[in-house]
Amino acid sequence: MSFEFVANVAIGGLLTGLVYALMALGLSVIFGVIRVVNFAHGEMAVLAMFAAFLLHQATGLDPVYAIPAVAAGLFVVGYLMQRHLVAPFVTRPEHEQFILLLAVAVLTTNGLLIVFGPEARGVILDYSFDSYAIGPLIIDKTKAIAAVTAFLAAMGLLLFFRYTRTGKAIRACADNLTGAQVVGMNVQRLYALTFGLGLACVGVAGCLLILIVEATPVLGPELTLLAFIIVIVGGLGSLAGALFGGVLIGMSEALAGIVVSPSMKSMVSFALLIVVLAVRPEGLLGKRRA
Amino acid sequence: MSRTTRDDRTGTRLAVTRRQFNLALGASAAALAAPAYLRHAIAAGPLKVGCLAPLSGFFAREGQGCKRGFDLAGPMLADMGMPVEIMIADTESNPDKARTAAEKAISDGAQVLIGTFVSGETAAVAQVAEQRGIPHVINIAAAPQITEQGYKFVFRNFATGPMLVKNGLGLIKELFVATGTTPKTAVFMHVNDTFGTAMQKGVGALFPKMEMPFEIVETIAYDEKAKDLSVEVAKAKATGAEILLPVSHGADAIMLVREMVKQRWEPMGIMTPGSPGVYEQQFYKTLGKYSEYVIANVPWIDPNKAMSKTLAEAFAKAFPDDMLELNVGFSFEALLIAADAHKRAGSADPTALADALRATRIDEHVMVGGPIQFNEKGQNVNIQSATLQNLDRQPKVVLPKASAAAEPVFPMPGWNDPKRA
Repeated sequence: MSFEFVANVAIGGLLTGLVYALMALGLSVIFGVIRVVNFAHGEMAVLAMFAAFLLHQATGLDPVYAIPAVAAGLFVVGYLMQRHLVAPFVTRPEHEQFILLLAVAVLTTNGLLIVFGPEARGVILDYSFDSYAIGPLIIDKTKAIAAVTAFLAAMGLLLFFRYTRTGKAIRACADNLTGAQVVGMNVQRLYALTFGLGLACVGVAGCLLILIVEATPVLGPELTLLAFIIVIVGGLGSLAGALFGGVLIGMSEALAGIVVSPSMKSMVSFALLIVVLAVRPEGLLGKRRA
Repeated sequence: MSRTTRDDRTGTRLAVTRRQFNLALGASAAALAAPAYLRHAIAAGPLKVGCLAPLSGFFAREGQGCKRGFDLAGPMLADMGMPVEIMIADTESNPDKARTAAEKAISDGAQVLIGTFVSGETAAVAQVAEQRGIPHVINIAAAPQITEQGYKFVFRNFATGPMLVKNGLGLIKELFVATGTTPKTAVFMHVNDTFGTAMQKGVGALFPKMEMPFEIVETIAYDEKAKDLSVEVAKAKATGAEILLPVSHGADAIMLVREMVKQRWEPMGIMTPGSPGVYEQQFYKTLGKYSEYVIANVPWIDPNKAMSKTLAEAFAKAFPDDMLELNVGFSFEALLIAADAHKRAGSADPTALADALRATRIDEHVMVGGPIQFNEKGQNVNIQSATLQNLDRQPKVVLPKASAAAEPVFPMPGWNDPKRA
């Protein structure tokens, strides 16, 4: 097994992991603040993939350039969902939230099936088959573009939460809800903004995912599961954890493909999940509960 | 003297004479005493066929292809004097749903079942058909065990996994002879579902016996729902094999070639010993010039047969944006087989239909191979494969010579060779 071979595979895993991480980041943001687990997360990513696909079909627009429009669209969807659908369930038992969002997932998948049919839809661009050759390393150009964009989007989100007034207010809600209410923060609006931001993340990820994976309506549950694995490994509610979890899952799956067997890649993710749940249930970068 | 009775719905009294009553009684007795064949001939109308396919779920793309075949068969068979009433049901790519769909189709009056494309689903439907004593004509499903159960009502007009592999490997050898180029090494990549694993076992068992001129240096299995095959392709490339033998479905075949282009791996050829994926419309749409020269050895529509030409014309008219492929052809043929048996039996009685199916001999049909006939297990053993090569963005038969529409090209030109443009 040559160094070049292992390095090529590891880089591929890293790049894919960054895109998955961005998708999972949205899930973590929503849970971290609102404490609602979005079981329709993968379906929303598929919705974004189809939106990017439609824009490409209609105008020839590269999905990377479609990011602002798709992310804005998903933000609005998230904002309205939280305001009119999820908000009444925030204080209800978890199983009711679960059923609600599962229903949203089923409706989304079947709606997409009705509109687009079961066919897989992909976007082919001028650079879809290109790669960069750096010495012995061959780097997939599409994945590189997707990964860099995902990284920038994730950094943008982290900076938003750290330095903007609204970002700080949202963090305050997450840290101490009662305190936030006492000082007069509009929690309902902040929750809606948070859900919107979570789905905007998914919107960006969807635009990038369509570059590397074909969109089909039935892809949703798989992506939801993947996002769950990533955030649980990284730490549910931890933004850095979601990023770390994505990269870890991406790379470990890629390397498992050469060390164990390619058909057992997913098993490695689940094994990792079980180990983390057993040893550190709060996730690798999650906060320990008091 | 007259007997009277009351019509419960209207409340009116109806008069029935003794003569009318006796006549009706006599006619009923005569009908009951008549020979079975006469009874069925009297009852014969269009054959009711329950056509089952995975119209949604993981195999939806292939299921939709099957449906196109069913849709075309109705009017074509009517023109041939063999009317059928088609009842299409979705198996949702799920064996349990397939079983329920089969039960429902029978309850709704289906006299024959056809389906399904997925081996797991087909095995479930075959069980139902056998239990209920309704003939089941399998359009597509390769798992060999389905026709090894001693079923009396199950008939398969598709190659088993070992038949696919044997035919495919035989054609690959023929291809090397025809082009005068023989590679020395190959890497075998297969999807790890029921079909892919059966094919892998078939290759493992038949490869040594068939004295193939090359060696398989590595076998790589991948997950059926894999979203990325970069690791698998990197591993295959690292073997330095001269040809790739893939066993794929649809989306994975696209991913495979795309990764090969990105990783700049240019083997002498990509040739599947007997799996779908590389001759589907989506493959051409997505890969464009990179779809060219890929080879598949699969049962296929014989372009030179008269019935195939009629089917192709009807298909082009009905589905101008889709491609005529084997799922359409075999689904059409399954209905042809059922309608032919019904015509010969002169009856829709299940036992008479099963007997007629056992005695089937259809010389004029659409797929490559000899007449459609079933052995004692209900398996058509005359199915042959053809070597298809993607040329000008469509699959063309290049072997066997008798059915060929173009000359084979091997080794394939490099990814950026001007010939691909």
